[in-house]
Amino acid sequence: MMWRKSVAELRAGLRQREFSAVELAQAFSERSSRLQKQLNAFVTLTPDRALQQAEAADQLLADGQAPDLCGIPFAAKDNFCTSGIATTCGSRILADFVPPYESTVTRRVFDAGASLIGKTNMDEFAMGSSCEHSHVSATRNPWDLERVPGGSSGGSAAAVAAGLVPFALGSDTGGSIRQPASFCGITGIKPSYGRVSRYGLVAYASSLDQAGVMGRSAEDCAWLLKAMAGFDPRDSTSLEEQVEDYPALLEQDISGLRIGLPVEYWQGVDEGVAASVMEVSRELEQMGASVSEVSLSHADLAVSAYYIIAQAECSSNLSRYDGVRYGHRCEQPRDLADLYSRSRSEGFGAETKRRILVGTYALSTGYYDAYYGKAMRARRLIADDLNQALESFDFLLAPTAPTVAYGIGEKEQDPIDMYKGDVNTVAINLAGLPAIAVPGPLSEGLPVGAQLIGPYLSEARLLAVAHGLQQRTDWHQLRPEVE
Amino acid sequence: MEQIDREDVAHVARLARLAASDEELDGYLEHFRRLAEFVEDVTDSPIEDVEPMAHPRDLYQRQRPDEVTEPDGREDFLAVAPQTDDGYFLVPKVIE
Repeated sequence: MMWRKSVAELRAGLRQREFSAVELAQAFSERSSRLQKQLNAFVTLTPDRALQQAEAADQLLADGQAPDLCGIPFAAKDNFCTSGIATTCGSRILADFVPPYESTVTRRVFDAGASLIGKTNMDEFAMGSSCEHSHVSATRNPWDLERVPGGSSGGSAAAVAAGLVPFALGSDTGGSIRQPASFCGITGIKPSYGRVSRYGLVAYASSLDQAGVMGRSAEDCAWLLKAMAGFDPRDSTSLEEQVEDYPALLEQDISGLRIGLPVEYWQGVDEGVAASVMEVSRELEQMGASVSEVSLSHADLAVSAYYIIAQAECSSNLSRYDGVRYGHRCEQPRDLADLYSRSRSEGFGAETKRRILVGTYALSTGYYDAYYGKAMRARRLIADDLNQALESFDFLLAPTAPTVAYGIGEKEQDPIDMYKGDVNTVAINLAGLPAIAVPGPLSEGLPVGAQLIGPYLSEARLLAVAHGLQQRTDWHQLRPEVE
Repeated sequence: MEQIDREDVAHVARLARLAASDEELDGYLEHFRRLAEFVEDVTDSPIEDVEPMAHPRDLYQRQRPDEVTEPDGREDFLAVAPQTDDGYFLVPKVIE
């Protein structure tokens, strides 16, 4: 079964001619297309592009010039601009948008030889934690089709968990890689802010957005992250810092780790979730880590500060959708004002509109200081807490989310209730730190994610610790039964 | 946001260029009020003296040489616009 193989196995198989890149592309495209009806993991399937890229990959393999990901299939969240391939961001306003340019991340992954199987479903403009707010409707969790896969990178998470692709691109503004990875029982890494270029990643909240990777193991993630990370002159917040060789550093010495458990992140967490992540903690102790509690005294401010800042930034970023230059335009506009407001209200979904309105309000005259200003001050306190804790500890460990995957429709009617589920992930984005979500033992048959948070630019160490854990345990190898 | 009324929400919707029916405005108003209460932990917090943090790395914008680096994408960009004419984006008449 090709779709069960790890990236390392696929790389070896391609080089030893056990199978060709074309065979891989066809097998993964076929599986993705067959399970689309059940899971709705994709917005667009791209079998022709996959085949074309695989043919080129086979040529490079034959010539002995194969780059790192030559012939390996992957999927990209539908907010990465892909030249010539529809990029909808899960929104009606971009339903027909075919970008005239390529995001830096997808270009780099293509340059590394990978074949694009499709663009994955997401909450509209990455605003949501359940992958239900999409113009092509909800993605389903492969572990239980009546549950959400998490969000906003829910399509990528479901695709990886169900073996539709070995790994996928996601983006994480407040937990959008880590939470769906946890709900679907896979590994997901949100890199440090600035580590991966945001050029061509459709903006939601620019000071928080970061592209990252979702895969079935830390090792698989390391391969894709290596291909996409690095300085990009086209992103003014991109970091001019050498990228480490993540796959080569997986086996580095990780003995004697000091791991902190932020007590606030363990409060209000479901019992089964806490028990699972505690099991991960015990395993890390057996690997030689010392584990003790630490307090992040401003943790209670994080969700509020995050939602004020993210919505303020979103209201500014989403002002570009005006019905003039690209995207949906209303029929028969009376005048320019009518064109703007009707195009936007027809094109955006309910949650996106709510966030634009709240953000506009938080930035408006008379309210700026009370909302946006205050949230930026809270952000400093939250970030200082984390950075301080990371001076005494190598990593912090906590449940990624307080619950396992909930039912489809369960929280859709109560947006604020859904926001509360982001309590353990948003602070990491406010601080710009890297974090990785790895599966722990199941809780009542459903996946649980443990989140390891590291200091700035600790991606290689985070991946190595996750890899070490996955060498000793088989939690990440548990797979849902979907056929 | 607690004291916010329907007219305030309508004003914000106009600022954001979002058309909204009366029923939608009522829904937004309810959401605004609940959210205002939810974020009180931040808005009521005595943290006026803390330096605001707008960006995770407190970065300065990097400068670059003033050189043309992007290719001319005019045709490609016009091709994805809803309505164009003679190399321009077309909108309803603005000036009589």
